[in-house]
Amino acid sequence: MDRAALLCGWAAFRRTVRVTANVRLKRGARAANANGMSVTREEVAKIASLARISMDDDAVDRMVPELNNILAWVEQLGEVDTVNVEPMSAVIPLEQRLRDDVVDADPKTGGGRRDDILANAPVAEHGFFGVPKVIE
Amino acid sequence: MTDFTQLGLKAIRDGVAAGDFTAREVAEAHNDAVAAATDLNAFIVATPDHALAAADKVDADRAAGKDLGAMAGVPIGMKDLFATKGVQSTAASHILEGFVPPYESTVSQNLWDAGAGMLGKLNMDQFAMGSSNETSYFGNVKSPWRKNGSNAAMTPGGSSGGSSAAVAARLCPAATGTDTGGSIRQPAAVTGITGIKPTYGRCSRWGVVAFASSLDQAGPMARSVEDCAIMLGAMAGFDPKDSTSIDAPVPDWAAALDADLSGKTIGIPREYRMDGIAKEIDDSWEQGKAWLRDAGAKVVDISLPHTKYALPAYYIIAPAEASSNLARYDGVRYGLRDLPEGSGLQDMYAATRAEGFGDEVKRRILIGTYVLSAGFYDAYYTQAQKVRTLVQRDFTEAFAQVDAILAPTTPTPAFALGEMQDDPLAMYLNDVFAVPASLAGLPAMSVPATLTEDGLPLGLQIVGKPMDEQGVLNTGLAIEQRAGFTAAPGKWW
Repeated sequence: MDRAALLCGWAAFRRTVRVTANVRLKRGARAANANGMSVTREEVAKIASLARISMDDDAVDRMVPELNNILAWVEQLGEVDTVNVEPMSAVIPLEQRLRDDVVDADPKTGGGRRDDILANAPVAEHGFFGVPKVIE
Repeated sequence: MTDFTQLGLKAIRDGVAAGDFTAREVAEAHNDAVAAATDLNAFIVATPDHALAAADKVDADRAAGKDLGAMAGVPIGMKDLFATKGVQSTAASHILEGFVPPYESTVSQNLWDAGAGMLGKLNMDQFAMGSSNETSYFGNVKSPWRKNGSNAAMTPGGSSGGSSAAVAARLCPAATGTDTGGSIRQPAAVTGITGIKPTYGRCSRWGVVAFASSLDQAGPMARSVEDCAIMLGAMAGFDPKDSTSIDAPVPDWAAALDADLSGKTIGIPREYRMDGIAKEIDDSWEQGKAWLRDAGAKVVDISLPHTKYALPAYYIIAPAEASSNLARYDGVRYGLRDLPEGSGLQDMYAATRAEGFGDEVKRRILIGTYVLSAGFYDAYYTQAQKVRTLVQRDFTEAFAQVDAILAPTTPTPAFALGEMQDDPLAMYLNDVFAVPASLAGLPAMSVPATLTEDGLPLGLQIVGKPMDEQGVLNTGLAIEQRAGFTAAPGKWW
C-alpha cells in the first residue's frame, strides 16, 4: 500500500472518531441539561480555579471545545455494563507493607535532610520555605 | 578501527570485559556522537563527564581484576523523567527547569551500580504526556528517520521520543524509557528499535517524576531483544521505597532467552483489527503470525471484548491521577515561581502553574480535576476504574488459553511533526493498541518488523502474562530473528 492510500486510511479512521465524537458531543450537549456531561465556559473557569491554573478569557474559550470533545468521546464508557463489577484498586496483588518502627528506617527517606530539601526552593530563609504573606 | 557507536549494549559490555577496547574509548565515541547530533534535539542536557567517570571506573576495576557489572562500560541515555543527583531533571517542563535533585532515582542508581554511565538527559514529551515529542518545553525531538525522498521532520514518537531518537541514531546503544500508556512501545515502533515495559511493579518508581502512578513503569529501549533483556535485569528489583514495588526475585532474562516457541500458543485479538487501519500495519501483523508459526508456535484467534473502551478509560484514569500528582508543583518547594506584583499565595500558585505547564499538561490536569470533582466522580472515574477491571479480566481469560498475544504496536508509521498537533483526540489514538496492556499492568514489548514502502519502520507488539517478561522476550526474539531488521536511518544531522 502506498503512503497516500495509507494516509487516506488513517484519515478515514480519524474522521470516524471525530464524527463519533461530534455525534456524542451533540448528544452530550442535550444530556448536559439533565446530567451535566458537557462543560460551559463558566465551568471550565471553575475547574481551572480548582486546579490553581490561572487562565484568561481567551485560554478558557480555547479550552471549552477541546475539553468537550474529549469528554464526549470518553462518554462511551457509559455503554459498558458494569453492574456487579468492582472498580480496580490495584493492578497487581499487593499487600501493604509496614516498615520497621524506627527513626530513619531508610536514610534516603528519613529525616535530617533539611538543607537538601530546601536546596531547590525558589525562596528559602532561616531553614524554612519562603512564601508571600498569608495572613492580612 | 571499530566504530563504537554501531555496537549494541552486549557487544560493548563483552568487548570491554574481554579487553578488546576500553570503556573510555566507547564513552568518548558516544560523547562525540551526542555532541554532533544537536539537530535531533534528543538531549536536554549532555553529561559527558558522567559517562567518562563511569567508564574510567570500569576500566580501573577491570585492571584490578574486580567483577564487572551487567552494564559495565555501557554509556546510556537517561530519560529526563528520572531524578539524577546533581544533574538537572525537568520532565521536559518549564516548571521544573533548573531543578537539580539532591538524590538519585532507584532505577538510575541500579544502572550506575551495574557499571553504566550517563551520556545525558533525554528530551521527552512534557511530564510524559504526548505521543509525538511535541509537548516538550525544550522543543521537538526530530526522528533520525525520514520518508524516502523527503526532508520533512518526522516524529520519533512519545513520550520517550528523545530515547527512541537517540538509540535509533546510534547516539547511545540503549536508553531508559517510561511507559504509562505506550510511551516506550510507540516510540520504539516508529523508530525501528526495541523496547519493553515490564509488569507493573518490576521497576521502582522512586525518583521517577510521577504522571499516573497506577500505570507508570520504567523499561529499557535498545537495538535488540537481548540488549533489552540485559538492561531490564539491571533496572528491575524490589524497592521498599516504592509502595507498589513487587517483592520478587529478578530472573536472569538474558541467560534464559530462547526463540524456540514449540508448544506455545499465541493469541491474535480480533478487536485490534479496526476499520481504517493502514493495510501495511495489517500486512506486518500477518507476517508476524507467520514468523511465530515458523518458530513453532500455534497461532489462534482470541477475543478481548472491552478493547475499544480501554483508551477512553485511560483518558479518565491517567488525567485524574495526573491532576493529583501534579498538584505538588506550586512554586514553593522547587522549580518555577511566578509571583505577580502585590499578589498573595493563591495567586502565586495559579500564576506559577499557568506559566510553568504546557498546554497538553493543562488540558489533562483540567480533565482530571473535572472527572474527580463532586457530582462527576462516579460517572467518570469510578466507571473508568470498573472498565479497567473488565479490561484486565479480558486478558486474564485470554491467558487461560494462550501464552502471549501478538498485535501491532501502532495504528500508523511515524507521522510528520506538526501533522496532528492541533487535534488532541487524534493524537491520543496513537496509543490505541498500547493502552490496554498498560491498564492491565502487563509486560509488553515492541520489536521492529519491517519498513514501509516509504522507508519508515513498523513494530509488532507482544503482550505477556503478569510477571512473564521471559515469555514476552522469547516471543520477541523469535520475531527479531525472522524479521532480520537491520535498517538504520541515513545520517543527515
